Amino acid sequence: MADIATDRTIDRSKMQVSDEVAIQITGMNKWYGTFHVLKEIDLTVQRGERIVIAGPSGSGKSTLIRCINRLEEHQAGQIIVDGTELTSDLKNIDKIRSEVGMCFQHFNLFPHLTILENCTLAPIWVRKTPKKEAEETAMHFLEKVKIPEQADKYPGQLSGGQQQRVAIARSLCMKPRIMLFDEPTSALDPEMIKEVLDTMIELAEEGMTMLCVTHEMGFARQVANRVIFMDAGQIVEQNEPEEFFNNPKSERTKLFLSQILGH
Amino acid sequence: MSDTHAQTVAYVRETMLEPQAPPVTVVGPIGWAKTNLFSSRLNTVITLIALAFVYLVLSILLPWAFHNTWSATSLRDCREMTGTDHGAACWGVIRDRWQQILFGNYPVDLRWRPILDLVLLLVALAPILFSNVPRKLLWFSAAYPFIMPWLIWGGSVWVPVMAAVGFILGYLFLKFGEKALGSLFAMIGAVVVAIVWWLFFLGPVSDIFASILPIGLEKLGSSRDIGGLMLAFVIGVVAIGLSLPIGIVLALGRQSDLLIVKTLCVGFIEFIRGVPLITLLFVASTLLNIFMPPGTNFDIVLRVIIMVTLFSSAYMAEVIRGGLAALPKGQYEGGDSLGLNYWQAQRLIIMPQALKISIPGIVSTFIGLFKDTTLVSIIGLLDPIGWATAIRADTDWIGILWELYAFIALLFFIICFGMSRYSMYLERKLKTSH
Ligand SMILES: Nc1ncnc2c1ncn2[C@@H]1O[C@H](COP(=O)(O)OP(=O)(O)O)[C@@H](O)[C@H]1O
Ligand SMILES: [Mg+2]
Repeated sequence: MADIATDRTIDRSKMQVSDEVAIQITGMNKWYGTFHVLKEIDLTVQRGERIVIAGPSGSGKSTLIRCINRLEEHQAGQIIVDGTELTSDLKNIDKIRSEVGMCFQHFNLFPHLTILENCTLAPIWVRKTPKKEAEETAMHFLEKVKIPEQADKYPGQLSGGQQQRVAIARSLCMKPRIMLFDEPTSALDPEMIKEVLDTMIELAEEGMTMLCVTHEMGFARQVANRVIFMDAGQIVEQNEPEEFFNNPKSERTKLFLSQILGH
Repeated sequence: MSDTHAQTVAYVRETMLEPQAPPVTVVGPIGWAKTNLFSSRLNTVITLIALAFVYLVLSILLPWAFHNTWSATSLRDCREMTGTDHGAACWGVIRDRWQQILFGNYPVDLRWRPILDLVLLLVALAPILFSNVPRKLLWFSAAYPFIMPWLIWGGSVWVPVMAAVGFILGYLFLKFGEKALGSLFAMIGAVVVAIVWWLFFLGPVSDIFASILPIGLEKLGSSRDIGGLMLAFVIGVVAIGLSLPIGIVLALGRQSDLLIVKTLCVGFIEFIRGVPLITLLFVASTLLNIFMPPGTNFDIVLRVIIMVTLFSSAYMAEVIRGGLAALPKGQYEGGDSLGLNYWQAQRLIIMPQALKISIPGIVSTFIGLFKDTTLVSIIGLLDPIGWATAIRADTDWIGILWELYAFIALLFFIICFGMSRYSMYLERKLKTSH
């Protein structure tokens, strides 16, 4: 785990946390069958925040962010995203999903479609954008993640790092207001991690509201404004990165940090 | 070694070697035979045994097959021509009876209709099978299911037109009802609307139109006149065309969260798979009449088509379910996270991949279905096998056996082999990972 994610200085001019609430989670509980996986989660995310969620494997980090776009259903409590409460109403769910982008550990690109088609699919079918316009937008974001020349290839022909950047571009094509990342770099070889982190840093510099589950503590230090530590389905500690790393309060956090940072 | 400094340990190549042709033992026919047929002692033994076997088979088959008996008009004729009782093929039977094997008793002056149907089938299939054919032709492909039965059975043109109207009504109901009813109820409603239209309005409305504007083809006397390979084709093409979409719906239903839908689909699939096709065909030929109001005349070929379709749909559903199960969960989540709804995700992401994985199984099911059409001879329909039995009972051809079945086997082989090759072509074409 590198202690820094990038050597360059990060442009913080647009990284501003506003008072507007992007995500409001109150008293949220979730069970898988009889297994209580998330316990009494309370979390408020303001617009413009960059939150890193860390914690041991199996602590419920993925489940938490997957509840935010209803890939998993919660059984108690309330989740309000962009002013819309997540209920079983399919209309709300589809609306929230089109506003919230998500990147997965294994990219989940569509292997039967070209890179460009991957990026234009949702804008065309969900947003009803004309094809030509959707393709222009897609090329814009592919340039942003620095792989416009791969537009006509298939995902299987790209490296892992390139695929993850395509996945980010694909989410951005929906012009989301919130981005969720679930361990976006943990399936990648070390030399590819950097290119994906760079893309994420650029996104943060533009003021995107981000929730990242990641073990990249360098990224947490340099980019996050808040680090959340989860264990056993609960939020154990949250703080600004500086305080979180230098002065952890809970024993569990200390143990976790000593394991992951290796000192 | 003249160009290297052989006396030193360090080595520098000064002139690069030109590529040379490989020795003859690895290229050309000799090389091929060496690597494929005689690469080891065991391989050599197997090759020799196989060659001996092929020789044996051909030495029996060829002397039997190659006799100029084309002009014979009866088996007696043949025997006189060749001078042997056995051991000589009598091809005259094919020349004499090929029309029945291909068309059954279909009236001679109407045969242009099934032939045109076959040509149109190729036109309709072209845009579906090959992506470099103009997409506009897909409209014709959509119209073909209505043209095909009309050309075979004849009758007023308004019947197929009104049958198509049923689909249009269902579609309109789905489109405009979706907002008010939600997609599930709109879909159920659309199916009900279409079925009600077909059952109660199709007949009267097409009669009205026919009395105003009587356009039509001469009606076929009896469905039993449809026979030979043409019957196999009619049953096969319709059942293949219908079993794929029905199979997809059943496979999706089997995965549904709605308990009733799921139970119905599982029950249907397991029931059909647990019953031999022959039983279903007997049900079609005899039992259905018991449930029909007296006097109704439900076309026997249509009944058989329905049974064969149901039968292959159940198998198709299982083949497609296998494809669905092979897809990683991430594909569903990828679609969900982008805000695609269930049907969009199925149509754009899940089905294209699941069907692609299932191509070998789907085509196997098609091939099996096409060959199973020969079972209709057991319920008295005269498909090629039915005709073979009939021809063998003719006094002229009593005793003939291999020639007929070889001819029929050849016909089926050409079609099934074609399907098999196409599926391999498709698999290669759809391969996107390298
Ligand atoms: N679909 C599921 N069904 C049952 N248990 C699950 C499921 N998904 C995850 N779990 C369990 O829930 C716990 C939390 O999982 P997860 O949120 O993936 O953890 P993390 O992402 O922090 O590693 C784990 O113990 C895991 O085994
Ligand atoms: Mg996880």
